[in-house]
Amino acid sequence: MSALIEFNEVCKFYHMGDTVVKALDHVTMRIEAGEFVAIVGQSGSGKSTCMNIIGCLDVPTAGTYKLKGRDVGKMRRNELAAVRNEMLGFVFQQYNLLPKLNLMGNVEVPLIYARVPRSQRRARAKAVLEQVGLGDKLRSKPNQLSGGQQQRVSIARALVRNPPLILADEPTGALDTHTGREVLAMLQELNRQGHTVILITHDNTIAMQAPRIIRLEDGRIVYDGDARSREAFVASPLFEAQMEEMQKMRAQEGGAG
Amino acid sequence: MLLLDTFVLALKNIWSNKMRTILTMLGIIIGVTAVIVIVGLGNGMTESVRQSFSAMGINSMSVSIWGRNSSRNASVDYMYGVVEDNPHYLRSISPYLQLTGGTVKEGRETYRYTGVYGVNEDYTDMANYTIADGRGLQYMDVKENRYVCVIGDYLAREAFNGNAVGEDIKVGPYRFKIVGVLAAKGSDPELQEGGEDDRIYIPYTVAMKINKTNVVDSYTVIMADENVANQAKATIEEALFAIYQDEDTYYVYSMSELLEQMNQTISMVVMVLTLIAGISLLVGGIGIMNIMLVSVSERTREIGIRKAMGARERTILFQFVVEAGTTSALGGVLGILLGYGLSAAATAMVPMIMPGESVAISPGTNAVLVSFGISVGIGVVFGYLPARRAARLNPIEALRYE
Repeated sequence: MSALIEFNEVCKFYHMGDTVVKALDHVTMRIEAGEFVAIVGQSGSGKSTCMNIIGCLDVPTAGTYKLKGRDVGKMRRNELAAVRNEMLGFVFQQYNLLPKLNLMGNVEVPLIYARVPRSQRRARAKAVLEQVGLGDKLRSKPNQLSGGQQQRVSIARALVRNPPLILADEPTGALDTHTGREVLAMLQELNRQGHTVILITHDNTIAMQAPRIIRLEDGRIVYDGDARSREAFVASPLFEAQMEEMQKMRAQEGGAG
Repeated sequence: MLLLDTFVLALKNIWSNKMRTILTMLGIIIGVTAVIVIVGLGNGMTESVRQSFSAMGINSMSVSIWGRNSSRNASVDYMYGVVEDNPHYLRSISPYLQLTGGTVKEGRETYRYTGVYGVNEDYTDMANYTIADGRGLQYMDVKENRYVCVIGDYLAREAFNGNAVGEDIKVGPYRFKIVGVLAAKGSDPELQEGGEDDRIYIPYTVAMKINKTNVVDSYTVIMADENVANQAKATIEEALFAIYQDEDTYYVYSMSELLEQMNQTISMVVMVLTLIAGISLLVGGIGIMNIMLVSVSERTREIGIRKAMGARERTILFQFVVEAGTTSALGGVLGILLGYGLSAAATAMVPMIMPGESVAISPGTNAVLVSFGISVGIGVVFGYLPARRAARLNPIEALRYE
């Protein structure tokens, strides 16, 4: 039984002059279909590289990455493009919408590359925009929307091909706490509907919403497990306080339930 | 389907950068306009040359003989025989002797520019004259050496106030009876003097007598068709060689040969000018390449996003090539319209600047199709390099690009 994502001794090395930077150093992990996983780490920990490889934007230097049983490292660039189109939905920190296109136009982009006929494209784009609550703004341009709304458009675009895997890179990073929570709730809802969601973040409070946390440090996995362990999180004074508060909340919930 | 989407996208991008696009297109617009006008001018010149040649008789040849063979000469009857024996190539022939000495006089006026030629009864038809009054020369006039003549429109008006038939006219010491008047060929009466409408045609037998010669050394020959010009010329030359055995004793000159030479000269000039105009197209193409490179780096992030969404390299390449092609094609269309406008304006201006001349400057469909094709081609060729750069961008770096 193959997992959705299978990393076997995956390495990504960059040459910077004479020194070799080990962005990923023999990383082995499995993510099953239907999981909600947060990949956390400080900047430079290798989480961005990890996301690029999972997202088929980059290929490993060594080791194998299998997505749904297919070896991504052996794919040609055209095949990688096709995999990104069919299997993956990206949600970026900076939304990455195309400013000249309206919301319909933005959400349609993946469908154009899948060669979906125009009428079906329109219908599908409209449906997902309605799903994220923007059905009344189909003709608006991205810059007419708030940050939270733009991130919802980006989620709609990630969803439009109905991919098994949603890859969210710091999706709340540019949003205020309240809006960030909404976006996160939306991702959790998608997970309940059956999409595998991988969340990349350096923010512990966001990460702790995920049932499974993978923590990277210097290109290696230092923790892989649930959110209850302190080990899962990036240390900081602020976080100690938050952690205590959360444990109190958990205790109360346990008492009530 | 993807083609249409790509095209619509290209138009949107062009529209959102109107000013820049127009400036970019300028090189192409100027180049195409120049090509259209130059080709139109060439066509107009060729046509006006052709018209003036066909007025002179595009299918006529002139034969000059200066060889003297003690035993044999090419007699008039011999030449007539050559024409009769080769009806596929030759239609008719007439001696064409210029009368030497003797000024044309009527009353106290002399007409020093008037040309006097000895011809046969067929000549006026061969030279596309029509009789306006009286009759033309006849066989009996030639056979019996009658001192009769037909005169051109200029002389009839200037010397006889239009009532020339039946009058006499003096050429040197000789007196000729006017039997007919020819209709004018040139449209402008001011320009007739010394030209084709200022002529006196007399029987060639009379001209031989006055010139004191017993050989005819000059003929005008009409070929059967302008398409057999080469064969017609060769036929005459062979006949003359049979008698004189020396190629340097005669010369056959055909109008269509001259026309061909003129056309070659015109098309050479047009070609050189078109090449010069083509330099502007080249510069325009470089401008397009430049702006596309700018566009690619401006849209690096967009390219990254599109790649993350599953765009293939070929799709991105295609998008930018189509955009460059569309830009230059639009320039081409504008250039064609402008070129046509200028051609029409120039056509209207020529008669104002040069009275009596009219040149129709018409570029024709071929020039339009070719210059449209070339402008699209330039966009595609010069757009290819920037497009390839866009297609090969690394998606990760492109997404990170600010």
